[in-house]
Amino acid sequence: MSAESSSRLNLGLLLLLAPFTLWLLLLVVLPHSDLFLISLNEKRGPGQYAKGFGNYIDFFSEPLYWNTFLRTALMSISATVLTLLIAFPIAYYIAKLLRGRPKNLLFVLCLIPFWVSELVRTFGWMILLRETGVVSSFLQWLGWVDGPVEMLYNDAAIMIGLVYTSLLFMVVPLVSVLDSLDDNLIEAAYDLGGNSWNILRDIVIPHAIPGIVSGCIIVFMLTLGNYLTPNLLGGKDSLWFTEQIYTQFITRFNWESGSAFGFLLLLLSSLIVWLGLKLTHQTLADTVR
Amino acid sequence: MSEHSVVNAAPLDLECHGLSRDFDGVTAVDNISLGIEPGSFFSILGPSGCGKTTLLRLFAGFLEPSRGDILIKGRSMLGVPPNKRPVNMVFQQLALFPTMNVRENVGYGLRRKGVKRAELNRLVERMIERVGLPAETDKSIDQLSGGQKQRVALARCLIMEPDVLLLDEPLSALDLKLRERMKVELKQLQHEFGTTFVYITHDQSEALLMSDRVAVMNRGKFEQVGAPSTLYFEPQSAFVAGFVGDSNRQQGRIRSAQNGRLVLETLTGTRLQGIDAANSGLKAGEQVEIFIRPESIKLSRSPLQDGAGVNQLSGSIHSLLFNGANSRVLVREENHSALYTAVVPQTGEYADLRANTPLHISWPTEQVRCYRQQPAGEGGG
Repeated sequence: MSAESSSRLNLGLLLLLAPFTLWLLLLVVLPHSDLFLISLNEKRGPGQYAKGFGNYIDFFSEPLYWNTFLRTALMSISATVLTLLIAFPIAYYIAKLLRGRPKNLLFVLCLIPFWVSELVRTFGWMILLRETGVVSSFLQWLGWVDGPVEMLYNDAAIMIGLVYTSLLFMVVPLVSVLDSLDDNLIEAAYDLGGNSWNILRDIVIPHAIPGIVSGCIIVFMLTLGNYLTPNLLGGKDSLWFTEQIYTQFITRFNWESGSAFGFLLLLLSSLIVWLGLKLTHQTLADTVR
Repeated sequence: MSEHSVVNAAPLDLECHGLSRDFDGVTAVDNISLGIEPGSFFSILGPSGCGKTTLLRLFAGFLEPSRGDILIKGRSMLGVPPNKRPVNMVFQQLALFPTMNVRENVGYGLRRKGVKRAELNRLVERMIERVGLPAETDKSIDQLSGGQKQRVALARCLIMEPDVLLLDEPLSALDLKLRERMKVELKQLQHEFGTTFVYITHDQSEALLMSDRVAVMNRGKFEQVGAPSTLYFEPQSAFVAGFVGDSNRQQGRIRSAQNGRLVLETLTGTRLQGIDAANSGLKAGEQVEIFIRPESIKLSRSPLQDGAGVNQLSGSIHSLLFNGANSRVLVREENHSALYTAVVPQTGEYADLRANTPLHISWPTEQVRCYRQQPAGEGGG
């Protein structure tokens, strides 16, 4: 290859990579660097700052921040597990039991809710669950309850919203990984004396692990970083960590502390994902195969 | 296994009676009855789409028959799911579990039966040794060669000591050389284990080489069941004659018939003598299909002196098809331009054959098998 054509190739490659590189640089690297720098500023007086880890120490010394983070993490893990439990049978049904048109139809049906924005979907749940909402009125009409019931603003409502929002992101990787499972393997296991339960345990799940892991990572990250759903369905008591960050930035104008929280969210959630991978003996590379 | 091996004197390993299976109005397996002797190697040979895979899946229990019954060691298998049947199946693509190593694959069935770990390890080791898989026990499946995978698939089933082992064209994924070797090995393994094998294939050489008995299947029915040599030498239908072994195939009309001996005229006008191979009472004037095996045709450089009971033609060589021991020659008949394929003996005698060399060919009357011509669309092949 001549020098000219190789330099042209390089230019082409550069142009191809440019949007991605710019996106990474301008929207990820730059803001995060700035965020990190801001988070290191300790407020000493009006307009007076010193470098230090004071904002980070605040997070660990103040139980409210800490517990909020812990609660958010635990709720997110529960939401992820719940989503997996609900999505797996759906994905198995779509991938293994259906053929042709019904298969595509059901898959599209899973997609349709995502044509509407998350905000609208969350309002949908509010219409269903609020005191004067559909479910409450229906229960009164049935005569099962005497007065209106408030079903919003509790953890169950948050969980419903989170699972509902995440379902698709679990179903898609699961369907694609289960699609690649050879039916003959299931038949062979059945032929050799396996039953539904141990075939699921020994054949289907080991095969589906990469899809399960990537689905779980996506859902966990989306849930942990979700602001809208916990806020709208959980109300003031939702105590979601992203709300703490919002409060620091917007309500308290404490950008330094907010930046530190943002960074901690990033680090701690990465730590949880890493632990999850270690526990299931997976690597990140496996999940994108 | 012992509970149903002593039910009565000598139950057949596998029987079926009037077995049929329909798919949306199409009959894939049509009223099949058979009985397979214990310890024998039984093959079902047929073109793709003849229903042989459906038949095997009926035996394995992945499909339920529409009509008829399947008995294994005299016990009806209707309503018995695959994991409760004393049969195991080797799949076409082998279907080894990719998430398990060799040892785990072989031991899978025994683990399902709840065999204790020490006993299980002993049995797995022994089976791995018996099928000739040395020291590969901790390798993962994708590290194995094609032949080794084959052995794992067999070991995984044989360790279950099934009454019948079903094999669904397991050699089709292998390359030619390995396939030839595995044919012999499969036969040896079957002999060694004494397990009844039911083997389905579209490859006649696999079926003829390994089997004690072969069923030739076409359009959901058995055309003929018999020893490989019977199928080859005494095919009972045009389909079997065309499917088992090679044939020069022609159409013709009967000019006279006497005691199964026929005088024919082919479409190209050649006069031949032949036999009514299926004993179907062929009469003068009927349209027939004519089969002549290339290996029954004798070449000579000069016309035969005594021509009684023998068909004789003279012609010239159209082309030579050299293929080592399997070399053939295409001879164009002098007056009627029909082409005959004949085997060239590789004894050196015919090493100098060239295109357009004049040649005389002859073959006995018994080697001209005639079958009543089926209406269009029947008979297949």
